[in-house]
Parts: sequence; C-alpha cells; structure tokens
Amino acid sequence: MTLLIEFWMRCFKELLKGGGLYKLWLGGLASFVVIGLVAYTRQASQGLIVSGMSDQVSWGVYIANFTFLVGVAAAAVMVVIPAYIFHDTAAKSVVLLAEGVAVAACIMCLLFVVVDMGRPDRFWHLIPGIGRFNWPHSMLAWDVIVLNGYLVLNLFIPMYVLHNKYQGNEPDINKYFPFIVLAIFWAISIHTVTAFLFVSNPARPFWHTALLGPRFIASAFAAGPAVIILALQVIAAKTDFKVDKQIIRNLAIVTTVAMQINLFMLGAEIFTEFYAATSHSASAHYLFVGLNGRHALVPWIYSAITMELIGVTILMIHPLREQTRLMNLACIFAIVGIWIEKGMGLIIPGFVPTPLGEIVEYSPTMIEVLVSLGIWAIGFMVFTFLAKPAIAIEMGRLKSANAVPRPVTPAH
Amino acid sequence: MPGTPENKKGPDTPAARQELSRRDALRILGVGAAALGSAVAHGSEPAKASAAPGGTTLMDKVGEYFQDHYQRMTKEEIDAAIGRLERKYKTQLGVDVKVADTPPIPGVVFGYALNLNKCKGYRECVKACVAENNQGRDSQIQYIRVLEIDRDTASLEESDHYYDHEVPAPGKYYMPVQCLQCENPPCVAACPVKATWKEVDGIVVIDYNWCIGCRFCLAACPYWARHFNWTEPVIPKEEINPVTHYLSNRPRSRGVMEKCTFCLQRTRKGKMPACQEACPNGARVFGNLLDPESEIRYVLENKTVFRLKEELNTEPKFWYYVD
Repeated sequence: MTLLIEFWMRCFKELLKGGGLYKLWLGGLASFVVIGLVAYTRQASQGLIVSGMSDQVSWGVYIANFTFLVGVAAAAVMVVIPAYIFHDTAAKSVVLLAEGVAVAACIMCLLFVVVDMGRPDRFWHLIPGIGRFNWPHSMLAWDVIVLNGYLVLNLFIPMYVLHNKYQGNEPDINKYFPFIVLAIFWAISIHTVTAFLFVSNPARPFWHTALLGPRFIASAFAAGPAVIILALQVIAAKTDFKVDKQIIRNLAIVTTVAMQINLFMLGAEIFTEFYAATSHSASAHYLFVGLNGRHALVPWIYSAITMELIGVTILMIHPLREQTRLMNLACIFAIVGIWIEKGMGLIIPGFVPTPLGEIVEYSPTMIEVLVSLGIWAIGFMVFTFLAKPAIAIEMGRLKSANAVPRPVTPAH
Repeated sequence: MPGTPENKKGPDTPAARQELSRRDALRILGVGAAALGSAVAHGSEPAKASAAPGGTTLMDKVGEYFQDHYQRMTKEEIDAAIGRLERKYKTQLGVDVKVADTPPIPGVVFGYALNLNKCKGYRECVKACVAENNQGRDSQIQYIRVLEIDRDTASLEESDHYYDHEVPAPGKYYMPVQCLQCENPPCVAACPVKATWKEVDGIVVIDYNWCIGCRFCLAACPYWARHFNWTEPVIPKEEINPVTHYLSNRPRSRGVMEKCTFCLQRTRKGKMPACQEACPNGARVFGNLLDPESEIRYVLENKTVFRLKEELNTEPKFWYYVD
C-alpha cells in the first residue's frame, strides 16, 4: 500500500517538473479552464437561457463536441488492436499514449454532458442502485454505462502496466489481456451506442437511419487516429520519448481508409435524401442547400466537405502523404471537417425543422464557446498529466528505488 | 411503490441492503426536514420571517435534494415533499399554493378529440392553458401550439405557428397540437432516469424533482410537446393558480422539462381540461375512453378521425376529426 502511495506521489511530482515551455503550455491551458469556469458559473446562475439553444433546437455545440469526442475515445483501438492482437512493436510502443488520448476524450465527453444538463446537481439520479436508471430502455442510460466503463478500462490497463514497469517488473500480459479484448469491443460499443442515441428517434428523420452507426465508426476511425498522429508528433518533438515513425505511417493509412469509407457513406446519404426527396429530407435540405431562406449551416457543411476532400486526397497520394507537413495538414482537415460534419452538421439539422415544421436556427453563444474551450483545455491537461509520468516511466527515468534493473526500451 | 423490481430483491442481497439503507436514509432525512421545516413554518412569527429571505430553510433544501423518485416514495414521504413545496411557494412566491396528490380514477383512461371544422384559430385554449398550468410568463412556455395550415394541404412543414391577423383567415384551417398522451410514448423510453412515465389513466407525467434536464425526451417526441425551462419561470403573483397537483401544474423550477397533462389536477376530479372549457366553438371533446357512453367514444365511433403521425406507432390518445 505504501508502495502504491509512493508511486502516485512520484507520478505527481513528475508533473511539476518541466521547462519554461511546459509551464507556459500548462499556464495557457489553465487560463482557458478558468475562463471556461467563469462562463459556466454564468450559465449555472442564469440557466441554459445563456446558450443559443431553444425548445426548437434543444441540443447544440455541447452535444456536438460530445459526439465528436466519443469517436476520438473509441479510435484508441486503432492502436490497441495492432499492439495487442497483431503484436506490432511500433503500435505497442505508443499504446499507452493512445489510451491516454481515450481517457482525456472520455473525460471531455462526460463534462460536455454535464454542462448540457439543466440540473447537473441531480447527477446522483443517474447512479445505478441509488438513483433510478432507465436501463435497458434509454439509450442515454446505455451511454452512461459504456462511457464510464470505457474510461475505467482505459485508466486501469495503463495503470497496471506502468505500475509494474515502475517496480521494474515486466507486466504480465495474461493478467490484463482479457481486459484488452473487452476494451476493444467496448470501444466499438461506445460509439455505436452514441449513434443509437440519435438513431433511436424516429421523431427526427435526419438521424433515423441505420447508416448513422457505421458512419460514426468510420468518421471516428478517421478523426481519432488523426488526433493521435498529431499528439505523437508533439511528444516526439518536445520530449525524449522516441516515437517509431512506422506507427504514424500506419495510423495515416487508417485515417485514409476510414475517410474514404466515411465520404462514400456521406455520398450514399446525400443520394438518398436528394434523389427522391420526401418531407423527411427537409433537414438534409436545410443542411446542404437551406430551407425557406434559412441556411446558417450551409457554409459549415461545405467547409467540412471541402476539408475532408482535400485531406483524403493528400492522404491517398503516397508521395504527398509521405511529406510530414502535408500529412499533418490532412490530419487537421480531417479533424476539423469531421468535427463539423458529425457535430454541428449532424446534431443541429436533426432539430430543423421541428417535428411541427418550424424552422428556427441555432448558433452557439460566447458562453457556450468559452465553456467548450474550457473543457477542451481540461482534456489537453488530462492528456498531458497522463502522458508525462507515463513517458518518464517508459524511459526508465521514473522508477522505484528498489526496482529490478531492466533494459530501457519503449517497447514492452 | 410495491411491485417495483427494486423491492422484489431478496432481503439478503447486497443490492437490497443498499437499497434499504438508502431508503431509510432518505426517509430519515425527508421526515427530519419536514419536522424541522414545519416547526419553522408553524412556529412564532419572527421565526417564520427569518426563514423567508432567500427562500426555504436549510433542512427543506437538504430534504428536497435527497428527495426520492415520486413512484418510490411512501405516502408519508410524498406528504413531506408536498409540505416542503408548499412552504417554498409561500416563501418564494408569497402564495398559498396547494399541491394535491390525487390518484388516477379507477376505470378511467383519458382521451381527447378535436373537431377541425369547429376550430377557428382563436387560441383561447392556449391562453386558458397558460393561466391554469402556471407556465413561466417570460419564458413563454405554451403547451398548445395552434398551426395555421392552407386548406389544400395537411403539411405541418407549411404551417404558420405565429399567425397574427384576424381569424379565421380565408383559405386556412387551424390545428392545435399539444401532448397527445401516447400509449407508446417515445419520451418515456428516452428518459435516462425514469423521471417521466405513463400513469394508469394514460397521462404522461414528469416528476419535476427528479428530472435532470438532459432534454433527450424533447428530442424523442415526434409532436414537439415537451418544453424545457431554459430560465427561472416567473409568474406575476396574482396570476399564479394556487390549485395544483404534484405531477402537473405546480410551479416548476429552472432546468427541468414540463408538458401538458390533460390538466390532471382538474380531470382527476371530474372536471374538464382548461382548454376544453375555454374553446368558444366547442371544438374539443374530452372524456373517458373506457366508458362506452362517453362523448369521446361517440366521436371515435361515428366521425372521420385521424391521429398525427400514426406511422410512428406512438398510439396517441388525441384524435382530430371532421364532420
């Protein structure tokens, strides 16, 4: 027990170490968190009236961010699968960092749900056993289970591995392999359940399509690995951790293929909505061409599609993808494009027009933007705090005083 | 609530023990809060005055926070909850609001029918509804929306929700839409905490003290019948209807959903819903679907009726008809 406390204390101390740039990074994030908190205080005291949401468009940028980030969390499996199932050494060397991305994304998801709640003080009503949980009927109840479960899995598997390495022991793969397999299935399930959250509403024909689940998975496996690619490059540039170039190449291919599939499915949706446009196509019309003179989302969706097309073109052409700068640009386009497409471009049009045919537009208020930025800053902070001690342990800098000496290799 | 799965567990399972101790804890808190609260409320005048600023007493607040789900509370717990509410309304609104807990009438399932030929779009039902059901006036929540539609279509997308001219306008007809009290309500399935459910008389209700304000029910409703309190609902003191029901028109708080309940505070006592009484044209027929002699049954058996979006299998208990 004292050993465990010592482990935690030393991990915590590791967070305080770092040069000027590291402190500047943390300070910058902290200021966004503080601004977000101030904005949230305003929301908490006045109610969600301070948001741009209404009875007509009752979910906005919070749920858009939530939806996108569940995908990022799920995408960690694109490193976990090659690492543990195919024993790919490049993937294995960075798997803990990918799981760190998943944890940060999960925490952001939960925070985005909390800030969207009208009565967050009643969160205990959601705790199974104490509250009253509408399981299995409510898709939101499923989502609470899968998100928290995924968070726990992605916290405990790396913790077990790192704690062993800290002690100088080789982690026993047989002990945690069943949890790895569980986490792989769980990853697919978190994003499927999130898709079903929307699909389960025939009241909203725009969401009520069986293609939404597959589209969510495809876009997640495009944007998620793109996030991991960028994170790994920052780590490679700013720390002594060696990132195997091969994993970045592999993840870029995953992003490429996933984007191709996602764009194909987007095309299939557009054909269905526009070739024989029924009254159920009104939301798609609102999104792509505008409806009754209202077209706030049209520039958004075309920017998204343009970015995704440029991104996928760069990624598809090998000589272009091999250039790190172009690949990074493609990754940023993939992330932003998909953020718009499955965030603002999916949540908002589901509400326009309303089930009674009313067209009311939505745009986020400054408070929503600041709260969202604050949550993203928390996410970056969580990832930093997870990655820093993990890298120190992997590099053998942080180890128990009575640890068995072991060769310093990032692979395990 | 006898018969809920929570209570059917064996007494020696850890879950049941936890459930029991949790219930006990809540009960003790609830009763304690009620005792303390009533001591303050019925105490000397100065004590009452000191409790007034900022609203309710600390014990009432604690009791309210840990209050259990309506369907899981015992009779005493519900009474304690109602006591807390009435004290809160007294101190915060300055009105003696009575909160009833009238149960459903055995053998009654409510149904509603609306004659589209008779509705002229006056919106008297909307006004009466707001006066009866204590909706926030600034927040402008209205349970009934009257759609003005061209005579040559039935498209809701083409309807005008905000018509502001003399009615009936030529070439138009009017369709009021409110909660249709679905037999198969998608909103109830959507709620993650069972804060909304269908009562045995067919009315879909909300426990405003249990709702977490996630608005999933709003997304699930095909009739746009559910409304969210984006801000604190404010009603001028003299406009508050003090005759209320726990599951219906008692004043709500910010951050929770609300909806039409067919005025169950009235209809469970044999009265008509406010909107039915207010209609100057007699377009609305309300009654017991289980009574073969009722007017609503006559309408269903003899008129040309339809329901909104029947293809969704929500089975509304609200019919439109023409004669």
